[in-house]
Amino acid sequence: MIGKMTKRYWPVFILPTMAAFVIGFVWPFIWGIYLSFCKFTTVNNVKFVGLTNYKNIFIDDTFSHAFWYTVRFTFVSSLLINLLAFTVALLLTRGMKGTNVFRTVFFMPNLIGGIVLGYIWQTILNGALSAMGQQLLQLSEKNGFWGMIILLCWQQIGYMMIIYIAGLNNVSPDYIEAAKIDGATNFQTLLKIKVPMIMPSITICTFLTLTNGFKMFDQNISLTAGEPAKNSQLLALNIYDTFYARSGAQWKGIGQAKAVLFFLIVVVISLIQLKFTRSKEVQE
Amino acid sequence: MKDKKTMAMPASKQPPKNIVLTVILSLVSILWVYPIFNIVINSLKDNRYITTTGVFDLPSSESFTGFANYVESITGMDFLRSFWYSLIITVSSVFLIMLCCSMAAWYVVRVNDLPSKIFYYLCIFSMVVPFQMVMFTLATTADRLHLNSPYNICVIYLGFGAGLAVFMFSGFVRSIPLEIEEAAMIDGCNPLQIYFNVIIPILKPTIISTAILDTMWVWNDYLLPTLVLDIKKYRTIPMAIQYFRGSFGTVNMGAMMASIVIDIVPIIILYLICQKYIIEGVVAGAVKG
Repeated sequence: MIGKMTKRYWPVFILPTMAAFVIGFVWPFIWGIYLSFCKFTTVNNVKFVGLTNYKNIFIDDTFSHAFWYTVRFTFVSSLLINLLAFTVALLLTRGMKGTNVFRTVFFMPNLIGGIVLGYIWQTILNGALSAMGQQLLQLSEKNGFWGMIILLCWQQIGYMMIIYIAGLNNVSPDYIEAAKIDGATNFQTLLKIKVPMIMPSITICTFLTLTNGFKMFDQNISLTAGEPAKNSQLLALNIYDTFYARSGAQWKGIGQAKAVLFFLIVVVISLIQLKFTRSKEVQE
Repeated sequence: MKDKKTMAMPASKQPPKNIVLTVILSLVSILWVYPIFNIVINSLKDNRYITTTGVFDLPSSESFTGFANYVESITGMDFLRSFWYSLIITVSSVFLIMLCCSMAAWYVVRVNDLPSKIFYYLCIFSMVVPFQMVMFTLATTADRLHLNSPYNICVIYLGFGAGLAVFMFSGFVRSIPLEIEEAAMIDGCNPLQIYFNVIIPILKPTIISTAILDTMWVWNDYLLPTLVLDIKKYRTIPMAIQYFRGSFGTVNMGAMMASIVIDIVPIIILYLICQKYIIEGVVAGAVKG
């Protein structure tokens, strides 16, 4: 009844969003796929070249280097962020004093944008590295890697902590009490009751950290700018670099092909990951 | 049952384990805010004293310059203009996304015909797609349609932000009982009246949460405005900071630090005021996601 009546008002209700969605997403997406099969420098000299761009992705090893660098980065950062966020969440659900203050503090870095985060940490990390007589961030692939890990941990632990706290607060005390009566230790309760019960939170946090790590761009460009010699480029920055920092008629097409590949990788990760963790969730 | 025990006890009689924990967490908290504190102290130092190794020094009588860096940031980097652009883009985009997407979400849930369903699934799909996939074509499209000034870039943000917003809102609309709207309809309301008088008040908490998430996103966004706006004419705050820091040659570090502080302060104030909603927004977004 409502539906029928509302349907006549579609130009008011859904047209603006749909139009903007087509302009801002659908059309650029379809066009982007098409351009990945073309050679172009601007949109006015597009020439269809088939799969050449996809073959040329590996014309130099920057993409494969960035890929493995990103895989390592995503793996390490996701693991650390989830472990630490979960630990903090466990500590902050014990009903002790000052919980709210700690929560506020830990979440705060999440509000700062990637570019600014990069410069905040560049200042501190370079200061610390030079005090220790180490190479600066932009001069060492390894230091850049760990710099980005520290930065992302600082930014995201608070966010994931909030999700874990919400999950832990939903675990009914009855289950824990029952486990205690059966003689379970604290560690057993954690492993056998709490972890399975908050599997949905673990799913979503793993998903978020994996995709955030894989898609990270701003923090990368501001903290290390891909230096030294493109060695600390993550995939997103490598694609940007291919598009806008390289001269030569073939690079924009190759960049677009890389972007399509990147998109496919992100989709595959998301699907595998969701399937993997969903199957482990318990129904209450 | 740890929780119950501690709750039953008066605050002064916390178990010793919790006191140790509080101390440790307090120390970690101090470390946690140190990076922000470090930027603030450096923003008060003279440029010459902000060296790679000198960043940890507190301002001394000779390196302290008061607010000179802030003046330099505002006059030299034209930072107030950037602040204005960031503000106008954020406010207009978030307002547009809230209004249009909540209407669209209500329509999608209540009408639920084939085009609505396709639109809904495309919205979910768009959340997975990395920005690099569309960055070149999106910038070109925006240019062609002249959606490339701070005053109309909100249309692009509406398009790119529709995915998350429609998804969040439609999840909530599904939980609203149909009877309320039907009662309003019987009373003679048309869909627009129902939407503004009935739906918006019910949706308010979700609107606030989503608005905060989107505010953080747009305010901090770097790549989209960089590609869409003309960097010589319009610079948002993240663009200005990257532009000055990323360009070669000597960088006025003091003014940089001051700019960063000017960028962070409004966000932190907003956070402290609407902390409750921000945290709810994070949880709601996660549960729906």
